[in-house]
Amino acid sequence: MTLESFWFAIIAVLFIGFFFLEGFDYGVGILVPFLGKTDGERRLLINTIGPFWDANEVWFITAGGAMFAAFPGWYATLFSGFYMALFLLLVALIGRGVAFEFRSKVENPAWRTFWDWVIFGGSLLPPLLWGIALANMMHGVPIDQNKNYVGSFWDLISLYSVMGGVSMTLLFVLHGALFISLRTSGVLQERARAAATAIGAWATALTFLFVVLSYLETDMFTRRGIDPGVVPVLAGLALFSVQFFIRAKRDGWAFFMTGLTIVLSTITVFMDLFPRVMVSSLNPAWSLTIYNTASNPYSLKVMTIVALTVVPFVLLYQGWSYWVFRKRLSSDHPLEY
Amino acid sequence: MPSEVALARWQFGITTVYHFFFVPVTIGLVYLIAIMETLYVAKKDDRYKQMAQFWGKIFLINFAVGVVTGILQEFQFGMNWANYSRFVGDVFGAPLAIESLLAFFLESTFLGVWMFGWDKLSKRMHVASIWLVAIGTTLSAFWILTANAFMQHPVGYTLKDGHAEMSSFGALLTNPQLWYEFPHVFLGALVTGAFVVMGISAYQLLRKRHIEVFQPSFAIASIVAVAASFLVMVVGHEQAQYLLVSQPMKLAASEALWQTSGSPAPWTLFAIIHAGAHKNTWMIQIPYLLSVLSYNRLYGSVPGILELQQQMQARYGAGNYIPDVPVIFWSFRIMVFAGALMFLASAWGVWRIIRNRLVPSRRYLKWMLWATSLPFIANSMGWIMTEMGRQPWVVYGLQLTRDGVSPTVSAGEVLTTLIVFTVLYGLLAVVDLFLIARVVRQGPVEDDHGDESESLSPVAL
Ligand code: HDD
Ligand code: HEM
Ligand code: HEM
Repeated sequence: MTLESFWFAIIAVLFIGFFFLEGFDYGVGILVPFLGKTDGERRLLINTIGPFWDANEVWFITAGGAMFAAFPGWYATLFSGFYMALFLLLVALIGRGVAFEFRSKVENPAWRTFWDWVIFGGSLLPPLLWGIALANMMHGVPIDQNKNYVGSFWDLISLYSVMGGVSMTLLFVLHGALFISLRTSGVLQERARAAATAIGAWATALTFLFVVLSYLETDMFTRRGIDPGVVPVLAGLALFSVQFFIRAKRDGWAFFMTGLTIVLSTITVFMDLFPRVMVSSLNPAWSLTIYNTASNPYSLKVMTIVALTVVPFVLLYQGWSYWVFRKRLSSDHPLEY
Repeated sequence: MPSEVALARWQFGITTVYHFFFVPVTIGLVYLIAIMETLYVAKKDDRYKQMAQFWGKIFLINFAVGVVTGILQEFQFGMNWANYSRFVGDVFGAPLAIESLLAFFLESTFLGVWMFGWDKLSKRMHVASIWLVAIGTTLSAFWILTANAFMQHPVGYTLKDGHAEMSSFGALLTNPQLWYEFPHVFLGALVTGAFVVMGISAYQLLRKRHIEVFQPSFAIASIVAVAASFLVMVVGHEQAQYLLVSQPMKLAASEALWQTSGSPAPWTLFAIIHAGAHKNTWMIQIPYLLSVLSYNRLYGSVPGILELQQQMQARYGAGNYIPDVPVIFWSFRIMVFAGALMFLASAWGVWRIIRNRLVPSRRYLKWMLWATSLPFIANSMGWIMTEMGRQPWVVYGLQLTRDGVSPTVSAGEVLTTLIVFTVLYGLLAVVDLFLIARVVRQGPVEDDHGDESESLSPVAL
């Protein structure tokens, strides 16, 4: 494997980790105002992700940093090109991040309701925008011969890309509902299961619609980078099985399966893109690829050594933190923070 | 409408200075909290636990804003400075990525564990997690400053096809600029955290509330402050000397020294600067001092702005290589005076504590309320001097700031984001201060659980 391909894979892994982990905590954030009927319940819902959400978000920050280091050309074009979309994403993340900390510091119900809705909005917008961005990356966007994005924000919005955004959002809400059912007990768990059942069908239907649209709208299925083989099929099967596990009250398996769907779909997207990172809709030859955006081999080598040394430790201690908080939450005890 | 470059610079300046209000508080406070909790574990005295928890609350509010403003920083290079990112990405991206991998994961994971883990971990594991957060913040500072030091003093690269490629990672890590900048910033952050603790403790001591918590808090913080504020001056002095090697123009600008000085060179305390006419009227000067500051001896001349401008034109072609002299001159002086004041203020506090082991005098405490603003002033002025003194370069000697912006982003778009971020940040500042004030007024709580709890059923697949 070339160093470029290796770094493409690393970035894919970082996005997979990001979507898997932040996927459920965006989902929880979206569900907070609906599943929590009382202030205490909402607090408890937020606490299900309390110790984790920042570390989950770091997957995204690291993906950004790794992109900058390994493929500066990609980083530069993506973030200057999708300027307004990224701007909205940042506003959402800023609001959401402080809301978790600020919300419970003041007793006033209006104050808390306000921040609960900031959490809702700040959790809803990112998956929507990411879905739109990914759909566009696959579909192709106007990139000129100087590797610059020459469209506007509105060029990013199409039926296809919005479908991408909506299905990603629903998938994350489902993932979040199942996470709640794992971390709580009693009525909250019941409500989370009911929500998962209701959303599950929609998430499945829209995701399949999105796949069909992808078939029509992109060259994914014709000019493949790497043949994804059975990966997308397995993703589909995993998604279907979620319904079954929810009904059987096997929350753990259901959560595992939504996670698997997210992981396998992300893998599919990256396999289809490879070796391109952003497709030009103006001229296929102007697409950004891992070769024309990469850093020099020396940088990549340095980064490889660092990544291979550090990542195992990160995985270990992050895994350990989930183990520390493996017990279900309940409201018999004070709920500060 | 102002140009895209001007707007992008304003955006970078505003958002970064703002980020750096919170960053040094995070770095400074986390060490103090770690010390307090270590004392709790060692002495088994609950007072120290109360202290750690009280300062922990303030820390968390501050940390939240530090995090969200940092995310913006991470992507701003791509958004507003795409050509810059393409130009230096090979070199500059690596430290940024390493910062995330090595520092942000550590900070965020163990902070989560610390916040919610008071009842879940053994005391030792719990105190270990706050130390790991502290190490994380320090690593974060180190790696981001590695990136910044490269912009100030590029090393370890070769130019190829119009962009910089990394040729030696070792050179990046041994960049002398980094080894002045990192200790200076880190020590400045310790001073900042310590002054926040001293200021808030002073407020409570003036009201004679929770003396058992705030008296020792004040004592611990003032010891850290006196040591760190002394060392920050020492390092700052050496850093200024290094400017003579790395960016003589910045040094000359910080002295408003238009003409090359005679030997020995005097240090200018005060000047009325006419930047357009390239001269000063009305100066107060201290003889010998600039030679001493520059060379540690009583003689030696320092090159002036106009001579350096000519040298740079000869080297890089026609252009104006003079930064905004009054800004550099005054930001440097304000930083240095603030630093000196902080040293005196904390030394006085330590001396009082050593002498009578009691609460310091009321007048002194009232002064300390005001003194809390000093480290923030010094930090901001330090960055303004460092970054604006580097102009017109974004990467010194390699890329001009105006060549670094995104080619396809319009001034209107930058203006929109600039306005929204500025308003948003303004609101955040208000809420942040309001919440911190509330926590301060409430004071420490007897036994603060501060976390969630569980029923007995563990999670299983
Ligand atoms: C000297 C230290 C220092 C400096 C110069 C900067 N930062 Fe910072 N940053 C930190 C020290 C720090 C920190 C101590 O690690 C923070 C502050 C509060 C916090 O939560 O972590 C942080 C947070 C923080 C985060 C959020 C991390 C998380 O989610 O946990 C990001 C993405 C950045 N920063 C990125 C940047 C960038 C791109 C900068 C350059 C313009 C920058 N910071 C300047
Ligand atoms: C590693 C960290 C940093 C990097 C990589 C960095 C990089 C940059 C860049 C790209 C610009 C825009 C171009 C320019 O106008 O010069 C800039 C400007 C600026 N930065 Fe930094 N910076 C860093 C840290 C900081 C910090 C922490 C502060 C202050 C708190 C700061 C203060 C400023 C200011 C005030 C400007 C505006 C300068 C001007 O308008 O002339 N920088 N910096
Ligand atoms: C009192 C003596 C001080 C001296 C002589 C001094 C000197 C300097 C110099 C020369 C620079 C510019 C370095 C460059 O551009 O490469 C600088 C930057 C800076 N200073 Fe100071 N300083 C002093 C005190 C302080 C204090 C007390 C603080 C904060 C609490 C502080 C915070 C900073 C920061 C944040 C920077 C920007 C980062 C950097 O370039 O290191 N300084 N200082």
